Amino acid sequence: MSVLVYVDSFSGKISKNQFEAVYYGSKIGSVTVITAGNTSDDVLAKLGTHGASKVLRDSSITTFDAQQITRLIANAATELGAKTIVISHDITGKSVAPRLSARLKAGFASGATALPNGDQVRVNVFSGKAMALVNLKTEIKVISVLPNSLKPQANGDSCGVENYNGNAGAAGITVKAVKKPEGAIPLPEAELVVSAGRGLKGPENWGIVTDLAEALGAATACSRPVSDIGWRPHHEHVGQTGVAIRPNLYIAAGISGAIQHLAGVNGSKTIVVINTDAEAPFFKAADYGVIGDAFEVLPKLTEAVKKFKAAH
Amino acid sequence: MKILVCISKSPDTTSKIAFTEGNTKFDENGVQYIVNPYDEWYALVRACELQETQGAHVTTITVGTATDDPIIRKALAIGANDAVRINSEARDAYFVAAQIADYAKNNGYDLVLTGKETIDYNGSQVGGMIAELMDAPFVSLATRLEVNGNTVSLDREIAGGLEEVEASLPLVVSCAKGMAEQRIPNMRGIMAARTKPLNLIDPISATELTQFASYELPPAKSACVMLSTDEMDKLVELLHSEAKVI
Ligand SMILES: Cc1cc2nc3c(=O)[nH]c(=O)nc-3n(C[C@H](O)[C@H](O)[C@H](O)COP(=O)(O)OP(=O)(O)OC[C@H]3O[C@@H](n4cnc5c(N)ncnc54)[C@H](O)[C@@H]3O)c2cc1C
Repeated sequence: MSVLVYVDSFSGKISKNQFEAVYYGSKIGSVTVITAGNTSDDVLAKLGTHGASKVLRDSSITTFDAQQITRLIANAATELGAKTIVISHDITGKSVAPRLSARLKAGFASGATALPNGDQVRVNVFSGKAMALVNLKTEIKVISVLPNSLKPQANGDSCGVENYNGNAGAAGITVKAVKKPEGAIPLPEAELVVSAGRGLKGPENWGIVTDLAEALGAATACSRPVSDIGWRPHHEHVGQTGVAIRPNLYIAAGISGAIQHLAGVNGSKTIVVINTDAEAPFFKAADYGVIGDAFEVLPKLTEAVKKFKAAH
Repeated sequence: MKILVCISKSPDTTSKIAFTEGNTKFDENGVQYIVNPYDEWYALVRACELQETQGAHVTTITVGTATDDPIIRKALAIGANDAVRINSEARDAYFVAAQIADYAKNNGYDLVLTGKETIDYNGSQVGGMIAELMDAPFVSLATRLEVNGNTVSLDREIAGGLEEVEASLPLVVSCAKGMAEQRIPNMRGIMAARTKPLNLIDPISATELTQFASYELPPAKSACVMLSTDEMDKLVELLHSEAKVI
């Protein structure tokens, strides 16, 4: 069966979640990748290692516009006769996949956590408090894949890259400027996350959090009140009304573990909780717990991580 | 300017999540419904600000049954001019989007705002679908929105940062944190909401593309391993050899 996977490559690089989407598609059928921008052949050819048989690149599109990308994907899907279209459930996927579903009248599974079983796809619902099986009732199907849901394996060679004209029309959105802090690891894709809450007492104390994150190579996150009072930027707010994440490791210091916070992080593989209060609800959701003062525990943990890294 | 704000209900964030009828239906027993936080805190409040500063007319739209009227009245109390309820169950995201896009097109709305997702189905589906059905541009996860005549200037989230973009009306925008500050309705707003128009409209026909077949709760966590503050080397070792995450 012909599967079309859209890969976002505007940055010139291919992030891990894009490889995951290609791998996911390759478990359903024969994958053609469609992408836009000017990413080099060498970089795109690597998608072959995760199951792509061919990459089509439309270089006439250089900035992201969901409407234009939707036309590009829909035209390619029609031309190739693709029955399943796969996209990563990242920021790009969240705006393109629903448009595509409406354009092609294709059933859409948003944020798949497992491979489809016939017409059924598993997704998270209620902010991770439950899972559901959704039936896609149409012949053409759109699936967006939740990052960190499956472990992709490299098992092939590089593939061919072809230039492609998708007749995507003009963009309705003009990009004026990009504001990107250098070196920061984007939270939704991070495998390791260090997070802190109101227990840290003030923004001036965040050094002990970022030190641990740096030692681990982790992204930083925070609870909602911390971002509401402006101690940390909004994009670090995780939980039911913030970013939902599912890293391999989530370390939470000085966070009580309110139900709305847990909703956004309980998909994490391993949770470590550091809290002075033995009764903090977060311990019930934790794999490892330390009852203690974050101001003492975080620096000690940072030292231990550095020692471990030096030895390995 | 006419702004249409999509308002959906969602279970209160502290609701116990359970299922009935052989795990095929959400158990509404004892569940309190609220306005979906993203719709209320960001989309609706920003629309009300544009009403106050630029004289925009703000209409809320909900696809739902009479049980949704309390949350619609709350949205009116926050400041919308009037409300529309498409009188039907919200059968799936496409069905909902088809109703809203049809209403927006036929009634000359320039700007359609949604929250970034609902906190029950978390699909982030409806906004993008409306945009496609209106053949309009879509800016998702917007954290800032300014309207200047026919031109809209926005910030949107991108991987690891923000992008400043511009588009012209008509436009569909999904709203995220940063766009506005949550407002608590005051007594005057609550009184006024009682008499503001809430218009009922019959649904158009639209096919469902999806159906939720069954639900499941996540497996219970096993007990937490407790360590003392002097055992950080041991914790790192456990994360490496037992949890295999570093
Ligand atoms: C509709 C709604 C949506 C919400 N959405 C979210 C959401 O998305 N994300 C979110 O996070 N919250 C959300 N909340 C808020 C949530 O209910 C909690 O209020 C919030 O998560 C608490 O943040 P906190 O744990 O940082 O602070 P607190 O509850 O104040 O907890 C601080 C914790 O730090 C501990 N502590 C204090 N000092 C130290 C120390 N020196 N060392 C170690 N530990 C210490 C304390 O024992 C305590 O457990 C939402 C609430 C509502 C009503």
